Amino acid sequence: MNRYALRYCIRQSIQSLSRNAWLAMLTSGLIAISLIILGGFLLVATNVNQFIYTVESNVELSVFLEDGVDAGEVEGRIINLDGAVETSYVSKEQGLEDFAVAMGDPTLLRDLEGENNPLPDLIRVRVEDPEQMSVIAEVVQQYPEVELVDYGEELVARLMQITSRLNSLFLVLGVLIALGAVFLIVNIIRLSAVARQEEVVVMKYMGASNGYIRFPFLMEGMVMGWAGTVVSVVALGIIYRQLTAAFGQDSLILLFQPVTDIQRLLPIFLGLMIVGTLMAGFGSFISIRKYLRV
Amino acid sequence: MIEINKVSMLYQGGKIHALEEMSLQLKAGEFLFLVGPSGAGKSTLIKLLFREQLPTKGEIYFEGKDILAYKKEDILAHRRSIGMVFQDYKLIKQKTVFENVAFALEILGFSPKEIQQKVPKALEKVGLGHKENAFPKELSGGEQQRVGIARAIVKDPVLILADEPTGNLDRDNALEVMKLFENINEEGTTIIIATHAWDLVDRMQKRVVALSSGKLERDERGGYTHE
Repeated sequence: MNRYALRYCIRQSIQSLSRNAWLAMLTSGLIAISLIILGGFLLVATNVNQFIYTVESNVELSVFLEDGVDAGEVEGRIINLDGAVETSYVSKEQGLEDFAVAMGDPTLLRDLEGENNPLPDLIRVRVEDPEQMSVIAEVVQQYPEVELVDYGEELVARLMQITSRLNSLFLVLGVLIALGAVFLIVNIIRLSAVARQEEVVVMKYMGASNGYIRFPFLMEGMVMGWAGTVVSVVALGIIYRQLTAAFGQDSLILLFQPVTDIQRLLPIFLGLMIVGTLMAGFGSFISIRKYLRV
Repeated sequence: MIEINKVSMLYQGGKIHALEEMSLQLKAGEFLFLVGPSGAGKSTLIKLLFREQLPTKGEIYFEGKDILAYKKEDILAHRRSIGMVFQDYKLIKQKTVFENVAFALEILGFSPKEIQQKVPKALEKVGLGHKENAFPKELSGGEQQRVGIARAIVKDPVLILADEPTGNLDRDNALEVMKLFENINEEGTTIIIATHAWDLVDRMQKRVVALSSGKLERDERGGYTHE
């Protein structure tokens, strides 16, 4: 290519996009739809993971103490354990009071106050990672001051199981949807190339090199892909914003805090833009390959 | 300029002989009609000369060079030195008349200034100077073919290959197109036209190479059929 060729190629891409505007818009629109499906799925997956994480981090370890031990000293030892994030002490009196409040009548358990209080002192422990729960429980259980450690083993085990299954499911679904989106984009671009195969053949007959023919198609494909990604990212952004605002107002879904952290959302949106643009370019590149064999 | 030595072209594993031991020589500046019924081998010969296909056997020399030994880049250079005219015009629908013609020069790397000079001249030559901003669909068949011819001549080719260039045209337009070819030939460009248009061939009285079932049947100056 000489110095004019690049200029001709760029001009040709612009001209062709504007003269095939409907086809280009249709192509971009279809790319946008396939990326909205992929992006929507990624956002749902991110939020489900976030929800599980919130549930998991709310699971606590309850350490019931023997009577008359120094709770402060035990608390100090627990907080120094790996993975323990926070401890809070609930005395047997406080425990009884909380229980009575929970029953709906603070006077109900008056007879059990003082000497008659059957409840043990309690230390609640929050851990960094639910997976550490059983290890910490085992260590704390060995302390002579400790009567019993309870952390809802079944709930934690169930949550871990759900998380691991969901992660596998999301991985498989994610790969399938991503492949589907790539397949769609490549084929949408292929259709737009079929519509212009005659042009490619003419260029070939006139002695244009494959590079000269491909370059404008590659550029056009990337521009259409990029336009599609912009539409999809803007649409997803607006829909997501509306949904997170709606969830934020709903006090019934206390545990569910939608992901709004830009650092976690940015890779999804950026990834969609890169995948859409590159795949459309790649689609153009391979689509015209067969017409180049003249 | 062109030397074809015992060229054979077989299709379908040798069952169909598109060309059989065909030999032909052509000097620079000649005007040649390739005639014969459908399937006689006219289009195959054009495709071989354009280096779109390779023969099963034989040799083809163009300006002393063995075109069958060409590498990819040589093929591109070869095609760029030839002006090709097609029965279905092969214009790019989305480009204007000017752009369709300019395109041939852009591929060759001509500067915008040179393109601005050469394209109007080529369009004037085919009588379409006033239609440079029209799109192909706005033109008649005859006009579209004239754009095709302008695109072929704008790069000053040494040879023009035309495959049934009047096949889609009425008699008057076909005659116009043939006259154009004659004018171009008078300026020194070698022309080879594959055609069925016996009346035009009779009228032009040029060198006629008649093919039948892939074999050269006749090679003489005159009309479509032997007189």
